[in-house]
Amino acid sequence: MDGLLREYFPILVFIGIAVALAAVIVAASLVLARQRPDSEKLSPYECGFEPFADARSKFDVRFYLVAILFIIFDLEVAFLFPWAVSLGQIGLFGFWSMMVFLLVLTVGFIYEWKKGALEWE
Amino acid sequence: MIVQALAFYAFSAVAIASAVMVISSRNPVHSVFYLILAFFNAAGLFVLLGAEFLAMILVVVYVGAVAVLFLFVVMMLDVNFVELRQGFLQYLPIGATVGAILLVELVFIFSAWAFGGGTLAAPAPDPTEIANTHALGNLLYTRYVFAFQAAGLVLLVAMIGAIVLTLRQRVGVRRQKIARQVSRARAEAVEVVKVPTGQGV
Repeated sequence: MDGLLREYFPILVFIGIAVALAAVIVAASLVLARQRPDSEKLSPYECGFEPFADARSKFDVRFYLVAILFIIFDLEVAFLFPWAVSLGQIGLFGFWSMMVFLLVLTVGFIYEWKKGALEWE
Repeated sequence: MIVQALAFYAFSAVAIASAVMVISSRNPVHSVFYLILAFFNAAGLFVLLGAEFLAMILVVVYVGAVAVLFLFVVMMLDVNFVELRQGFLQYLPIGATVGAILLVELVFIFSAWAFGGGTLAAPAPDPTEIANTHALGNLLYTRYVFAFQAAGLVLLVAMIGAIVLTLRQRVGVRRQKIARQVSRARAEAVEVVKVPTGQGV
């Protein structure tokens, strides 16, 4: 347990440095820079003209489709990592169980390809 | 050991604070960002428990993909959130009941731990001997093969469901069809017209 956490200690140090650096940058710009806000400076702008509409507008559902297909294949790849690590122990049965899993998802992949879900028009 | 305890308290404190901000911030986009922060801290807690594979999957799947999906949904809903908050308090009894049940469960767990001598059950494969990812891989594809295949089927259903629900063919879109372009013959494309002199086409 300790050996594992010792391997992660540099990442903890990096997290600490990142948090401290971010805090220093924000605090320094707050303390050192001259602050003279007015309503024009604080208002949001769109490259010179007044903003037309709210930023939260409806957009096409196809972006959502691409995102959800990405998540599904992301999860499929996540299952591959422990399989690849312990392929030597789990033998032929483990190998073929992953092959069946991949086959099932390949059926879905062929379906979405033939349906044209991957095309953008 | 002291570093471990400090990291645990830091991750837990930030996770709880960001979870409170998820449900209390006014802008739902800010809520999603606080949710991402909570996911990161949960990944840190998983690393402290020795479950490094779960921690990495939490970062890859939840922070990388599910949070993007949440942002999509929040952006796409286009709900008037001020209006939504009007009848907010009428769900208070249900929410309070769920919270009370969770609190009772936590009290049970903590009291069982406190009165049972403060010993925790050791993880089944010893983490000092075998890596977390390796231990998972040894069990997942052989002993829990049915759950694994069921996960594959769930993913297939999600894929087909998303396509069936959201895919619609637009009419009037002109696509480039390379096969048709390549297989086009000269006879259907050009025609030689004999133009008599001085009369035009």
